[in-house]
Amino acid sequence: MRVVAAMSGGVDSAVAAARAAEAGHDVTGIHLALSRNPASYRSGARGCCTIEDANDARRAADVIGIPFYVWDLSDRFHDDVVEDFMDEYAAGRTPNPCLRCNEKIKFAAVLDRALGLGFDAVATGHYAQLRTGADGLVEMHRAVDHGKDQSYVLGVLDQQQLRHSLFPLGDTSKPLVREEAARRGLLVADKPDSHDICFVADGDNAGWLDEKLGDRAPNRGGDIVDDDTGEVLGQHAGTFGYTIGQRKGLRIGRPAPDGKPRFVLDIEPVSGTVTVGPRERLAVHRLSGIKPRWCGTVPTVLDGPDVTVQLRAHGDEHRATVTVTGGPDGQGVDVELHDPAYGIAPGQAVVVYDGSRVVGSATISATDRVAAGRP
Amino acid sequence: MDDPRTTYLDHAATTPMLPAAAEAMTRQMVEVGNASSLHASGRRARRVVEESRETIARSLGARPGDVVFTSGGTEADNLALKGMFWARRDEDARRVRILSTAVEHHAVLDPLLWLGDHGAEVELLPVDQRGRLELVALEESIARDPGSVALVSVMWANNEVGTLQPVDEVVALAAAHGVPVHSDAVQAVGAVPVDFDRSGLAALAFSGHKVGGPYGVGALAVRREVPVSALVHGGGQERDIRSGTLDVPAIAGFAAAVEQSVKVQDEHATRVAALRDDLVRRVLEVVPDAHLHGAPVGPGRLPGNAHIGFPGCEGDSLLMLLDAHGIECSTGSACSAGVPQPSHVLLAMGCDEEQARHSLRFSFGHTSTAADVDAVVAAIGPVVERARAARRS
Repeated sequence: MRVVAAMSGGVDSAVAAARAAEAGHDVTGIHLALSRNPASYRSGARGCCTIEDANDARRAADVIGIPFYVWDLSDRFHDDVVEDFMDEYAAGRTPNPCLRCNEKIKFAAVLDRALGLGFDAVATGHYAQLRTGADGLVEMHRAVDHGKDQSYVLGVLDQQQLRHSLFPLGDTSKPLVREEAARRGLLVADKPDSHDICFVADGDNAGWLDEKLGDRAPNRGGDIVDDDTGEVLGQHAGTFGYTIGQRKGLRIGRPAPDGKPRFVLDIEPVSGTVTVGPRERLAVHRLSGIKPRWCGTVPTVLDGPDVTVQLRAHGDEHRATVTVTGGPDGQGVDVELHDPAYGIAPGQAVVVYDGSRVVGSATISATDRVAAGRP
Repeated sequence: MDDPRTTYLDHAATTPMLPAAAEAMTRQMVEVGNASSLHASGRRARRVVEESRETIARSLGARPGDVVFTSGGTEADNLALKGMFWARRDEDARRVRILSTAVEHHAVLDPLLWLGDHGAEVELLPVDQRGRLELVALEESIARDPGSVALVSVMWANNEVGTLQPVDEVVALAAAHGVPVHSDAVQAVGAVPVDFDRSGLAALAFSGHKVGGPYGVGALAVRREVPVSALVHGGGQERDIRSGTLDVPAIAGFAAAVEQSVKVQDEHATRVAALRDDLVRRVLEVVPDAHLHGAPVGPGRLPGNAHIGFPGCEGDSLLMLLDAHGIECSTGSACSAGVPQPSHVLLAMGCDEEQARHSLRFSFGHTSTAADVDAVVAAIGPVVERARAARRS
């Protein structure tokens, strides 16, 4: 196959490209320029958007012995990922930009361009496994290394996208990938993993949003209110700086009467209110999702001992019953959790699994926290 | 170019070294001697440098004393622009304006932008649809306040679209007010006739590796009577305006390349222009909606330059697909970290951003053959189809 290997400049995508080439594919390395101003988004060598990262990717391609180009997707990335990130926080939700990037950029804009140019597939360094099922459909499964598993952020891929994807690292643990990188002479073998959102320079989401939102900020301050008493406990500098389940950075002077920590329970961007309360109020038993995306055939009801949902990146698996609502095309999902989950923020994805297999995903639109939390 | 499958049509980026240059350079690489040393080895090295300087001066109609060796075209442009601006402003504090064109190479554009942040008032004058400076705009700009013009800088030939600039007219307009003119002639030397003395220019920048010499060496021809402030300070080796131990082997190779390329310039131009014309004609036959950017082929354009727009394509898709066929060319525009930017030259010529991204530059040189043209003509049809498909998806 003719394969485009998306190379971020990190160790994973470098080894993935090397493996694809070694498997006999005709591989071309592509670094995606996602920042309009490469120097400004982030300094240091742990992201995927700097000039240094582009050079690391280029040097990895040299070592592997494959052609290398940079594709400028900064406009698409800005429109589809960065704007969405800002809109979602402004609306009081908590987006996952990595997932959005996979959905709109890596396996859409890049894949489409690659197919147009005569390539057959896109290979990335994501930790997930692809197999062909008995029905001939391509299935995506969790990676062998559960600690590194990235099937959650790939849960937005449909069958067409999966058919043209390669994840060469899904069967390997991260330490072995690093060892392999060193063995292959790839200089990025020891490069630190990236953790934060690539376009937020120092991991300070609230500070970044404060600067970038401008007029789009729904508010620049408001009350932090106690869920029980309605008492105003303090002030915040903009609801966009908060996420449901957040504990740190609330800056409430007084401790709760029972001495327990308080968590963000609700964010109301219109009134500018952030509601806080004890952890047990975060418990969610039911949630709804919109804009579902299915990896294969659209299910109706998913129930069984192996059906689980994951509600945030690297989050726990929760056993659940998932019902697809809104007709045969599936406009939404209702998820009933068998045990409560905590700190579930609208805007995050609910990814549905059957055992290790990803069934699909939806964007969390509502949770029953308030109804269940209030006596 | 050892790879027989490679069709190299990016000579405007760099061209293979001429055998005479490689020979002259390697001969010097095994010798010892700092050209500033006073002993016999030093004198020997100095002699090579001075003979090279004389060779270059003779080839370009300059006096040996005009030629200042630099690390390349970019440094030569920086020295001319900053050095002349500072010196002219020091003479008269009212001289703060620098007039140039919107289509200069980044080696000129970026120093000008920097100077614009450091006391200069930079005016980038418009060009016509073919990329040629609007002389009326220059005339008007000078006339507005002649005493405030520190210098004028106009490239000899455009590196992207190959359009030759009206250097004679520019010099005449500026000379009427005693304003010195610099020209970036990196693309021109060896490709078209360049005579420094006859041009009336105050300064002229050119580069080694564009004329079949080594990388990392270039020169600024700058008249002795034109004041220039130093940019690189140190031992003062080059007329006290440029310091650094002279690179004797590179200078020897540079001189051999300039001498050879200027000697055969006329014959070379005729040969590559024929190849270029053939390429343009046949590519336009295969891709009827493709079109040539810049001046029409003929005396107003570099003989080896074909800059062709392919509507509906991304230039970098075309480049990648041709590269996969072993055909090497350029999108012609500058890159930032490998990211293609829409060409400022095409934008200045009135193209929209879409048009500024859909082009390829094929540039011919001394190793080009008819087989190179055949290879492009054979590949271009399917490649354009592919690139259009990728664009639509």
